[in-house]
Amino acid sequence: MSALSSRLNEGRGWVRQVLTLTHRELLDSLRDWRILAPILILTLAFPLLMNFITVRTQNMFYERWGVEGIERRLLPLMLMVVGFFPVSVSLVIALETFVGEKERKSLEPLLLTPLSDLQLYMGKTLAALLLPLAAGCLGILVYVAVLWNQGWHPTPTLFVQILTLTAAEALVMVSGAVIISSQTTSVRAANLLASFVIIPMALLVQGESLIILQAGNAVLWNILLFLIVVDVLLVRMGIRLFNREELLGREIDELNLGSLWRVFRQHLSWERWLFGMDLAKKPWPVQWAGTLAGLYLREVPAVLRRSGLALALVLIGLFGAAWVGRDFALRFTLPPQALTLGSISEESFSSLSTTSWLPAFTTWGVLGNNIRSLLAAALLGTFSFGSLAVALLMAPLAIIAYVAFQAAWAGYNPFLFLLAFVMPHGVLELPAAIIATALAVRLGATFIAPPRGMTVGEGWLQALADFLKLFLALIIPMLAVAAWIEVHITPAVVLSIYGR
Amino acid sequence: MIYLEGLVKRFDDFTAVDGVSFSVNAGEILALLGPNGAGKTTTVRMLAALLAPTEGRAVVAGFDTQKDPIAVRQRVGMLTEHPGLYLRMRGGEYLDFFGRIYGLDRQTRQERARRLLAQFDMPDAWDRRIGEYSKGMRQKLALVRTLLHDPPVLLLDEPTSAMDPHSAKLVRDAILSMRNEQRAILVCTHNLAEAEIVADRIAIIRRGRIVALGTPAELKRRLLGPPVMELRLATTSDGALPIVSRFAHPLEWGPGWLRYEAPDPESVNPPILQALAQAKVPVVTLSEVPRSLEAVYLRVVEAEQ
Repeated sequence: MSALSSRLNEGRGWVRQVLTLTHRELLDSLRDWRILAPILILTLAFPLLMNFITVRTQNMFYERWGVEGIERRLLPLMLMVVGFFPVSVSLVIALETFVGEKERKSLEPLLLTPLSDLQLYMGKTLAALLLPLAAGCLGILVYVAVLWNQGWHPTPTLFVQILTLTAAEALVMVSGAVIISSQTTSVRAANLLASFVIIPMALLVQGESLIILQAGNAVLWNILLFLIVVDVLLVRMGIRLFNREELLGREIDELNLGSLWRVFRQHLSWERWLFGMDLAKKPWPVQWAGTLAGLYLREVPAVLRRSGLALALVLIGLFGAAWVGRDFALRFTLPPQALTLGSISEESFSSLSTTSWLPAFTTWGVLGNNIRSLLAAALLGTFSFGSLAVALLMAPLAIIAYVAFQAAWAGYNPFLFLLAFVMPHGVLELPAAIIATALAVRLGATFIAPPRGMTVGEGWLQALADFLKLFLALIIPMLAVAAWIEVHITPAVVLSIYGR
Repeated sequence: MIYLEGLVKRFDDFTAVDGVSFSVNAGEILALLGPNGAGKTTTVRMLAALLAPTEGRAVVAGFDTQKDPIAVRQRVGMLTEHPGLYLRMRGGEYLDFFGRIYGLDRQTRQERARRLLAQFDMPDAWDRRIGEYSKGMRQKLALVRTLLHDPPVLLLDEPTSAMDPHSAKLVRDAILSMRNEQRAILVCTHNLAEAEIVADRIAIIRRGRIVALGTPAELKRRLLGPPVMELRLATTSDGALPIVSRFAHPLEWGPGWLRYEAPDPESVNPPILQALAQAKVPVVTLSEVPRSLEAVYLRVVEAEQ
């Protein structure tokens, strides 16, 4: 009991320190007229302006086209905009939260305190978030009060949707800006990088506007869910990237290509090994054998071990794809005559080449397509914390699962179906795709969870080196053999089982 | 209280600190001297658990800086090179903020802050905005912040820079009084006269390595040779020269004065004075020729170049 109360006291003290920091930062913001003035204007004057615009728009639609009730569609959008504008000030506060203090030389005394990195991050993020968010909520309330007088009463659901969306948008901007602020060396550089936050947010608000106007308010819940996921990822990334030493030690935003190359090369290289032989004194063919044995017997297993968690995630994705395929098969069941495997002939395969959106059904065509897809997965994975790489692998597998379930409901043996259509080449192609996707996941996930003892940059270079090593040494050879089998063996197997 | 062993810090290809080892005991003041970019600030930042050493280890107030960084920061008071104050805050409010962060209760925060402000001759600083302070006041406020949580280890980077002579003396006196409180104090400074006044031992760092370490007297003896004594006489030095030569090596002399080398003044000076008295040579003064720490510092730095 006393251990519990001591832990509770510790927790209370921890939170108190965070709030002390937040309180100081808030007071500082409240003393800065450059922050207060736009917030007050956007909170108190902007809702009135929005109301004026809404009334004018409503009148214009009525006078020109005789359309009534346009304000019903516009008002939720206006409500969202009224909340978003004051919230955008949070970007300014968050962008300078660390780098601004660094420029004013007041950061070091703060870093010298017993506050943990997480406390500093939390305190600063909260401070950047609270004032603009409160202003955004106040702006919404003022606008609703104005509209209330005019007889428009938003539903509680819409009210909650707009408030939570505003909060989630504010957190996306603040957490993104705090990451920028903690990774740059000047406010100027932070402002330049702010476009990475501003542009996606501008697109998001435009998208939300279209959705509200076209699809109705129910879709806002999906956007809110998406924003919450982005919030969680950005906050986690911010916490992982926050580093006192980096903040203090880095004086200029220098891209040291030489150093980057050295780190990359170090991770790209591997040790020659041939069952404990001293290779230095052996002739070159033996040394080459040592290079290959070192790669395939030591380095490849080591990379796979490093990618264990990512591989597990991809496997979960595979089960997810099967579930999605089954779900779609249940919802969009094909008529039995649509799947007539008995009519498959050699022409069915040769006609694949004439389908414009499919690659040429040759070994090179299939191989090229698979390599392109996996490289695209790596690229998308890098910019999406790995999620789009998994999604890209899940899509074809969900289609296979969908067709297999349809085949089962059409009276075919689904296992035989998979054995004929997928297994011959899939036995190599699928593991290659799983490994490549796991490595692509690492390329993206490094930003939110760099390997222990490594900076994000080093972790990413290691993930890139691992990707390249396995892509060249394992994945391309596996895909090449799989492509040859897909073109030359799989059709024969299919025809022997189902062909006329 | 402060213990460093083979401390190395590399930033990419640049080695800022290269195998630094020394210790500072409780009640002792060590001055870390060195040219700009020698590695002083990096060393101090590692001691404050702000930077992690690339190699080696540092133990501060009984805690390893890498294993228990928060415990170290709780027990270290560090005055940074720049005061780094929040200019929109008032002095009292600023100190109260740091007191809260260090977990001090309200009464302790207020009492200590006011006492320290009074000690540093800043009675009106409590209610004034920091932006209105002079440079010296800002530096003193930063020092008060450093002392607020009564840390057993003090790391002071240029503590009297930007201060007028009166304020600088106040701070020096404060540093000396804090030594009496059984603290370990490390002072980084370019002010060699100040280092000589406050420090028990001096460490000179150059290109990330400690190139000289010892008490001021030890360093002077090691680097500038044995102490030189000057004898002032009420008469010419002719009578004194043969007497002094019996006990020590005379270096130079003139009418009414004589200088000699005294490797061990405690054993050489008493017999010389005794012999001069017996020979009825009228001695006015016997004193050590002052040799500055600056001479030691320049000798070390130039030798390294």
